[in-house]
Amino acid sequence: MEMVARIIAPLLCGLVFGMGLLISGMVQPTKVLGFLDVLGAWDPSLAVVMAAALAAAAPGFLLARRRAGPVLAGQYFWPEKSGIDAPLVLGAGLFGVGWGLAGLCPGPALESLATLSPGVIAFVAAMAAGMVLHDNWRVSRPVVRHDEPIARVADG
Amino acid sequence: MANFTPVSAAIGGALIGLSAVLLMVLTGRIAGISGIFAGLLNVRSEDKAWRFAFLAGMMLVPVIAGWLGHGMASPSLPASWTVIAVAGLLVGFGTRLGSGCTSGHGICGIGRLSMRSIAATVVFMVTAVATVAITRHVVGG
Repeated sequence: MEMVARIIAPLLCGLVFGMGLLISGMVQPTKVLGFLDVLGAWDPSLAVVMAAALAAAAPGFLLARRRAGPVLAGQYFWPEKSGIDAPLVLGAGLFGVGWGLAGLCPGPALESLATLSPGVIAFVAAMAAGMVLHDNWRVSRPVVRHDEPIARVADG
Repeated sequence: MANFTPVSAAIGGALIGLSAVLLMVLTGRIAGISGIFAGLLNVRSEDKAWRFAFLAGMMLVPVIAGWLGHGMASPSLPASWTVIAVAGLLVGFGTRLGSGCTSGHGICGIGRLSMRSIAATVVFMVTAVATVAITRHVVGG
């Protein structure tokens, strides 16, 4: 059971997720940029992908919450933070600029590594560097509690 | 809208949503790719096996598709290495600071009706659209 929970189930979920990205065309930056380019030849496909994903995920998560815990593990790891704070808004803003520059977000970037494209490898290396940079910076600073006012967080 | 592909988008999107639900129901984890990948990079994180397995599953898909004769085309990326590097850094740093990306906020978070995720999705959509508008229609011409 341990093996199923830690390796086989996540592997199968990754396969289904990867199939979704590939079939929907979202692994291709041209497709993503076609959606983001509202002033050009707009391609609404990404909106359909999100709507279909939400149509499956929203009722699925509701059903999941009716169970005491997951099938193969001890507890659910639902995100605990609530409230809209400055790091959330600033981080999302920076992410959007990078996404708009290359047309790649983390899922398609990692899946595209399979093509061994030098550009994708460079993008993923830079993405990993950005993540490590952030996580080390956050650890070296005092922990900011979620319930502190936004002004204190921004002043930090 | 000549490039609009609603049928493949709907099928692919449903599979992404199904995967997110399965990962939660089976293992209790959120299918947020930036968080999964960052946990694999973090030396302090101890639960690396499921993260590695999930990402390996994703990366196997183009390989298997290739065996079946539907190989994935290499993504077309900006010609400038500097732009690629800056974009990657912004995506990496921004998704950590903002606690998520398109999958974690856009699908899992909105799917739970999280106000944080709805706000994050609106913000990254706006800055992404603005970035494309500037690079394609202002400086790119």
